[in-house]
Amino acid sequence: MSIFTLIIIILISLCVACLANSQWRRWALLVISILVIYWLQPITPIRHLDFWLPTISVSLVIITWTLTQPKDNPGLISNLKTGVVIAAVILLLGASRYFGAFCCLTPSRPPPLPQILLVIGLVTIFILFAARFSAGNVAWINGFCLLVLGLFIVLKFEPLTELVSSILRSINSQSVKLASASDIRWLGFSFLAFRLLHTLRDRITGRLPVLTLQEYVIYAIFYPAFTAGPIDRVQRFVQNLQQPYKLSFSSAILGGKRILIGIFYKFVLADGLTLFALNSNNAGQVTSIVWLWIILYAFAFRIFFDFSGYTHIAIGTGYLVGIQLPENFDKPYRKRNLTLFWNSWHMTLAAWFRAYFFNPLTRSLRSQYPQLSLPFIIFIGQMSTFILIGLWHGITWNFAIWGAWHGFGLFIHNRWADLVRPKQSGSETQTRLQHLAGIGSIFLTFNYVCLGWVWFALPTPSQSWNTILKLFGMG
Amino acid sequence: MSTDRTVNSFSWKRVILKGLLLFLIIDLLFSLLMPLSALGKISAYNLILPGRLRLPYGEKPDQAYNFSLFNLDAMFASHELAASDKPDDEFRVFLIGDSSVWGYLLKPENTLTEYINAAKLKVSDGRIVHAYNLGYPTMSLAKDLLILSYAMRYQPDAIIWLLTLESFPVSKQLDSPIVQNNPKDVLELIKQYSLNLNQQHKKFVIPNFLGSTLVGQRRALADIIRLQLYGVMWAATGIDQYYPDSFDPPQENLTNDESFHGLLPPNLVSSDLSIDLLSAGNTMADGVPLIFVNEPIYLSHGENSDIRYNFFYPRWAYDQYRQLFEEFCQINGFQCLDEWDLVSPNEFTNSAIHMSPLGTQKLASQIEDALQSLHKP
Repeated sequence: MSIFTLIIIILISLCVACLANSQWRRWALLVISILVIYWLQPITPIRHLDFWLPTISVSLVIITWTLTQPKDNPGLISNLKTGVVIAAVILLLGASRYFGAFCCLTPSRPPPLPQILLVIGLVTIFILFAARFSAGNVAWINGFCLLVLGLFIVLKFEPLTELVSSILRSINSQSVKLASASDIRWLGFSFLAFRLLHTLRDRITGRLPVLTLQEYVIYAIFYPAFTAGPIDRVQRFVQNLQQPYKLSFSSAILGGKRILIGIFYKFVLADGLTLFALNSNNAGQVTSIVWLWIILYAFAFRIFFDFSGYTHIAIGTGYLVGIQLPENFDKPYRKRNLTLFWNSWHMTLAAWFRAYFFNPLTRSLRSQYPQLSLPFIIFIGQMSTFILIGLWHGITWNFAIWGAWHGFGLFIHNRWADLVRPKQSGSETQTRLQHLAGIGSIFLTFNYVCLGWVWFALPTPSQSWNTILKLFGMG
Repeated sequence: MSTDRTVNSFSWKRVILKGLLLFLIIDLLFSLLMPLSALGKISAYNLILPGRLRLPYGEKPDQAYNFSLFNLDAMFASHELAASDKPDDEFRVFLIGDSSVWGYLLKPENTLTEYINAAKLKVSDGRIVHAYNLGYPTMSLAKDLLILSYAMRYQPDAIIWLLTLESFPVSKQLDSPIVQNNPKDVLELIKQYSLNLNQQHKKFVIPNFLGSTLVGQRRALADIIRLQLYGVMWAATGIDQYYPDSFDPPQENLTNDESFHGLLPPNLVSSDLSIDLLSAGNTMADGVPLIFVNEPIYLSHGENSDIRYNFFYPRWAYDQYRQLFEEFCQINGFQCLDEWDLVSPNEFTNSAIHMSPLGTQKLASQIEDALQSLHKP
């Protein structure tokens, strides 16, 4: 996202903030969120795909809402109204291909209107069918969860992405030889998938409140958080949305401050560090161990400033429009152990996996296999959770190893903490020693995380391993 | 969401007004003070990062760890030349010229200057020769003169100016982006040395008021910062240019076109060329020995090689240029070397002037001889 794009988004948010009427604010958030996901969608070489991908995002959101809401959902008229508005915005975006010089908000010329009408018609029929026969049906919900996961796997596993690209190219009569995984860049799907799965699972466990279509669509594609999170919970988000809102001076200052910090983090610090942060190109070129550590540290801070910069911008923009998004980072590199690190790094992702994977898995293992020891269950839980977190970034060996690196580190820390906890109670008076131990712990944790970044930053296990050896003078 | 204070239009106005005022003041001050030159002199190079062995230039910054910018102060501040005051035992030699001097496709240790330095020459008074690479990859004598004007601040003991005919046409002098983006300095040179160059050239980048503000100069400012940041990778890798896996050799089969920058045979006259810039360089050197070197060129043996020497030069033009060059040196009493055919064709890389390490080494040894001849007792 360029700074120009960002400024436009902030200005639009300020306009929304000026809407005194809460109802109008919600409509504005809905329409802007839809427009923004089309606007920011990267251009794709496959014809019209950059129009269809956001359309699929919106469709998935509406289908998820249909599946998760009770059949007797009140507010039929209001939900119909929302559906009509969404369809109208998409049609308007499509119609912009006929606007001559004013075409288009989408990255390339949208498909012809009859095609869009046909797709909207088919999606509507499917939604009506789902609403009639499947709303609240667990089998349908599980099936839809699998569909979202399937899409996720296709997007994150390059051979599959390439295969889909080939199919789409052949449908479009484009050169199949040029098919590449980069053809299918689906804006925000990684985060959208989490929101959809969260609501689908919460529906099964009965924790999902009744929501209007408008509320749910705004939650799922809320434009400040659509591309890079944080991953909010719908229950909390909707509370904010339903509250009467008027932009206060302090909220504006707070929001502005967060946006400025975010811009500084992203466009000054992260972009600056990118120029010399570890990557596959420079890893083999560095001539000394000291410089290799420096560029590794540069990567560690680059990824922090980049991601936390975006989070600051999202939270700040959220403040302007009356939505308090959850925090995602809390000084992660100053934590004394890996557990604390993961409680302060990409907090919403870690919390999501804790709630929807780690806890159910460990609970199930404990109840179904009582003979298993607790450390073993923790080991399985942490390794599998973090390997999945790794694979969420992309289905490659390196991301899996990165996840395993953290899972293993967390397990070791868990065992260590159990071992030293009884002994710590007697040493509370040794404050200076504890202080030194604290500094040492921060140093160790930070460097463990940094070594993990080697797997994350480089494309192959062999290059990563060679780099780690080189960092210790063994390469 | 905090709602302790509702929107206060007065406060809003004050915040917006103060912000705007501050923005305007900073912009105005920037425009008035024009601090880019002073800012360019502040450098991480030679302080926490090693100075570069050649001036910043590059087309693929993310792979070259180097890039082209136009702030000559920043460029010189990043060069090893700016590391410290000149040591007493150093005989300081500057090499200026085009990409063959800069060392296109050559590693830093394979450039002309590094071969000269590797020879560890001593002049008659015992000072050790240290050559500095001030070549820059565009072909224009005006660009060389501009770089020389900056280099003179660093007290050279000798200057080697490597030349080729392609740098001479009057029409080419102001085509170099670095020349166009330093109009103040170039116009000053034109005036001071009465150069035969167009002062009203349309391609001079002269910023208007808005262009000279902080907003207008943001790219130039960012370039200074980027130069420092790429310095880390330069220090970490010693790489300062992008080396492609493969490249095309110089063109062997040539067209039968006899024209040279719109000039046609039979006669090339000195007014077609910016020879006056060489005299200006000599005046600028102010007594510092200056050696002009006509650099080696690729000599094709392919189709139409009876008409052209290579992609750049028709034979008639190049032959007459060499004759003019010799006459110019003789008339003015300048020390000149004509090394046009020194390097065999297989020692060129991707153009008619870019040499391999071996070809470069060969030329370096000729320059070493010339340098030693300067200080024969």
